[in-house]
Amino acid sequence: MATQQIFSPLPGIFYRKPAPDKPDYKSDGDTIMENDTIGLIEVMKSFNEVKAGAAGKILRFLAENEEAVMAGQPIAEIDV
Amino acid sequence: MMIRKLLIANRGEIAVRIIRAARELGIATVQVYSKADKDSLAVRLADESIEIGPPQASKSYLNQATILAAAKTTGADAIHPGYGFLAENAEFAAAVEAAGLIFVGPTAQSIRLMGDKVAAREAAAAAGVPTVPGSRGRLESADAAFALVEKTGFPVMIKAAAGGGGRGIRIARSAEEFHHLMPQAQAEALAAFGDGGLYVEKLIEGARHIEVQILGDGRDVIHCFERECSLQRRRQKVWEEAPSPSLTPAGRDKLCSSAVALAKAVDYRGAGTLEYLYDDRSHEFYFLEMNTRIQVEHPVTEMITGIDLVCEMIRIAGGEPLRIRQDQVRVRGHSIEVRINAEDPAKGFFPSPGTISALSVPNGEGVRFDSMLYEGYTVPPFYDSLLGKLIVHDDDRRSAIRRLERALAELRVEGLATTKPLHQALARDPDVQAARFHTAWLEPWLETHAASLGTAAPSPTTKVAQ
Repeated sequence: MATQQIFSPLPGIFYRKPAPDKPDYKSDGDTIMENDTIGLIEVMKSFNEVKAGAAGKILRFLAENEEAVMAGQPIAEIDV
Repeated sequence: MMIRKLLIANRGEIAVRIIRAARELGIATVQVYSKADKDSLAVRLADESIEIGPPQASKSYLNQATILAAAKTTGADAIHPGYGFLAENAEFAAAVEAAGLIFVGPTAQSIRLMGDKVAAREAAAAAGVPTVPGSRGRLESADAAFALVEKTGFPVMIKAAAGGGGRGIRIARSAEEFHHLMPQAQAEALAAFGDGGLYVEKLIEGARHIEVQILGDGRDVIHCFERECSLQRRRQKVWEEAPSPSLTPAGRDKLCSSAVALAKAVDYRGAGTLEYLYDDRSHEFYFLEMNTRIQVEHPVTEMITGIDLVCEMIRIAGGEPLRIRQDQVRVRGHSIEVRINAEDPAKGFFPSPGTISALSVPNGEGVRFDSMLYEGYTVPPFYDSLLGKLIVHDDDRRSAIRRLERALAELRVEGLATTKPLHQALARDPDVQAARFHTAWLEPWLETHAASLGTAAPSPTTKVAQ
């Protein structure tokens, strides 16, 4: 097992859920597949899904819901 | 002039535009800004600036209490809301006045009336302004809606009464589709807007978007002729012009008079725009809605009439009566505006924030560039993609298009992708040159002209907010 980070592909606002009244895509401790969506980045009013990029287990999120993030900023830590 | 210090509750190019107008009127300016806009051109140009919160608009430019507190701290006596954000928020307009300040715009009551699509349609009908055939008010039952569409005929649009910006709209082309879509639309409207109220109207296919600019002082109203904004992508205007190339002189008179009649009927104060659909085969026009604010595309009207709309709206807010009589408003030549957005037309219009590494702005006769750019500026990813507007004016439409091509060739924005190549391709297109277009023309054109824009398929993970 190795620890790896998921980086934001874009600058913008990070959302952990698909809509304000919906549950989070993923929680700490969840098992994830490579193609799973872990959040959204809103850039200039367009919403882009962030994929896990690797299978494993989410150790913790490093960015909060509605946090402003930079491109390349780590947003979650996973165990692969 | 009662206004001595104006706070600008907006950002980007429109904030710059308002600062310029205020300065020419001898009014001091206060620019509010989020943390992401500390280095914006508007902050640099304003006499004073004050931070109002984090980058997210919901926590800064939409935070009414913070903006009102900023006005108090800086001693501003008026607030200009620009467009978007709080510009058409009746509660905010009322709160500004309750705080003893001037709201540069109409009364909260006008905003509320025109913000409710059903009430606006009723006001239009009462003023004798044609509206699209459809329900006179909100429809609460599917049966009532069906009885109505049997009369109007198909296709029809089912719209959420509380929706806006193209949200919550469904199109039914047959009775069968209608019965299928109506319950869906009701459920969705309730979930999205907390209001299941719907209305139904006939879909006018192949129609153009024409809008009339008006100015009112609460008693008198004048029009400043029309703009045509039929070139739209995802219901966002990309190219606007004035006057409309598709109206006859008689049609123009009728359309503009109807706009004045409606604005007078509601004692409108400030700058406003009445939007219409225009069917150039039947020469019929239909009122859609009224926007109770200055619009992005206002410069084309300024170019053909010589009226500074932003200055006039500030003067009116300061208590002055209209200074211009209707017979003094004349059209001179033709003007076109294209929106320069930070989007890559070669990548499905994917947003492109970034740092402006080099900038050359076109100028010369009949060219205007309203923007928020300067060399070294980093365009933040948190707001809409509008960087600026390139506006040209010339004696007639044909020469205005040539001038647009010349100005686009001079415009150089480096460091990020922009929509400049789209406008260059549009300016070369024979249909655009002949003004043969309507509101549903651009999207299929983009698909067939992908090659000329170097368009790749959009990334499969991309979704655009509605």
